[in-house]
Amino acid sequence: MGVAANSQVNYLLHLADNALILGQRDAEWCGHGPVLEEDIAMANISLDLIGQARLLYQHVADLQADGATEDSLAYFRDPDEFRNYTLLELPHFPSATGPLAGTASAERDYATAIVRNFLYSALMQLLWPALEQSTDAQLAAIAARAAKEVRYHLRHSRDWLVRMGDGTDESHQRVQSALNHLMPYTQEFWTPSEAELEALRLGVGPDVASLRPQWDDLVNEALTEATLKRPSDIGYITQGKNRQHSEHLGYVLGDMQVLARQHPGAQW
Amino acid sequence: MNTLAETRSLAEVEAILSLIPDPEIPVISIRELGILQDVQLGTDDAGSQVVEITITPTYGGCPAMDQIRDDIVGALAQTGWKARVTTRLAPAWTTDWISAQGREKLHTYGIAPPHAAGGAQQATIQFATKRIAGHAYLTGPKAIKDQQNAAIHCPRCDSANTTETSHFGSTSCKALYRCLDCMEPFDYFKPY
Repeated sequence: MGVAANSQVNYLLHLADNALILGQRDAEWCGHGPVLEEDIAMANISLDLIGQARLLYQHVADLQADGATEDSLAYFRDPDEFRNYTLLELPHFPSATGPLAGTASAERDYATAIVRNFLYSALMQLLWPALEQSTDAQLAAIAARAAKEVRYHLRHSRDWLVRMGDGTDESHQRVQSALNHLMPYTQEFWTPSEAELEALRLGVGPDVASLRPQWDDLVNEALTEATLKRPSDIGYITQGKNRQHSEHLGYVLGDMQVLARQHPGAQW
Repeated sequence: MNTLAETRSLAEVEAILSLIPDPEIPVISIRELGILQDVQLGTDDAGSQVVEITITPTYGGCPAMDQIRDDIVGALAQTGWKARVTTRLAPAWTTDWISAQGREKLHTYGIAPPHAAGGAQQATIQFATKRIAGHAYLTGPKAIKDQQNAAIHCPRCDSANTTETSHFGSTSCKALYRCLDCMEPFDYFKPY
């Protein structure tokens, strides 16, 4: 495989890993949602995200043509091979001093899950349509599919952001805390990785920084409506898309990969 | 151009395919749902006749796609046809492809058929804030206009006086609604 194809693969893995890791985190609400409708909503969104990941992994497997499959890419890579944004692997907990795994019900904060989905969906609402112009025809086709899905994801998280922000004192305080905790992680969206720069050069992906003004508009408009205060973008810029992760990703993957690794090639 | 024999064969294959139901909404066929894109007669590497079928998935994560593929191959195998099913992603499936007959069947089954996807795609989908939610939503002239644009008719009593219970329902493609006149809950097939 050539260097160019390799770089395209890294970019596709970045997109796929984003979808898979957030899909896994959202799936953690299945059976634990605050109300039945939200339980179903999170499971539906998770299903969409995992579907996006499957299509992207399959595309990578086809490009690599080295025996890799969507399953081997999802289940048999280690944390330092994943290229997702750090934002997406964090537990549903509104502070950096929270639990490492964070799957116990006492450690889940729905406001954090909603704010995370909102910040990411607002980005993908812009990125998927941009990717419909990709020189990679298969990626463009997947993006056209995903662009339809993300509108519903953004609508869901934005609605709850406004309801909680413009809700009771407690819901307002909790969603503001989640926002204060998560917003600095969005800086990672705008500093291009080598894979993103290579994708831009090949016409496979857009200049991600060019999406920022529109993302700011989407976010600021929703925050104003939700009577929330936008925290400043300061602090360390996380490097998940460059394969440097928080300690949380290992726990996410442990949970997700254990069955496939214990029974490789199992069929049912 | 198809020969007479091929035309007859294709018609036979089409007849079989038109009976294959969607696994999750069995009242509607995969043809009516717009999943079935193309049917051709071809030959495989060994030179024997094979039906080439192209399908487009409804949703990337739809767990029914593998089932649909198996159903197609199985139904044709029963009458001695060998089938090869390929998946085509572009153009992406849209609810606009659901046939008029399919919409009618959905309606009869108790699922409100989807509005046109084109409109929903242009407008970013937004929700009312707390202040204009619920009954207050019906007050201002703009709110009424929004309400009319968004009216989902109850498939049982045809009332437009309905409300969304949940954006997400029992399958990826549906939202849960409730009729405020006959008080019955129903599914709405979301425009995609």
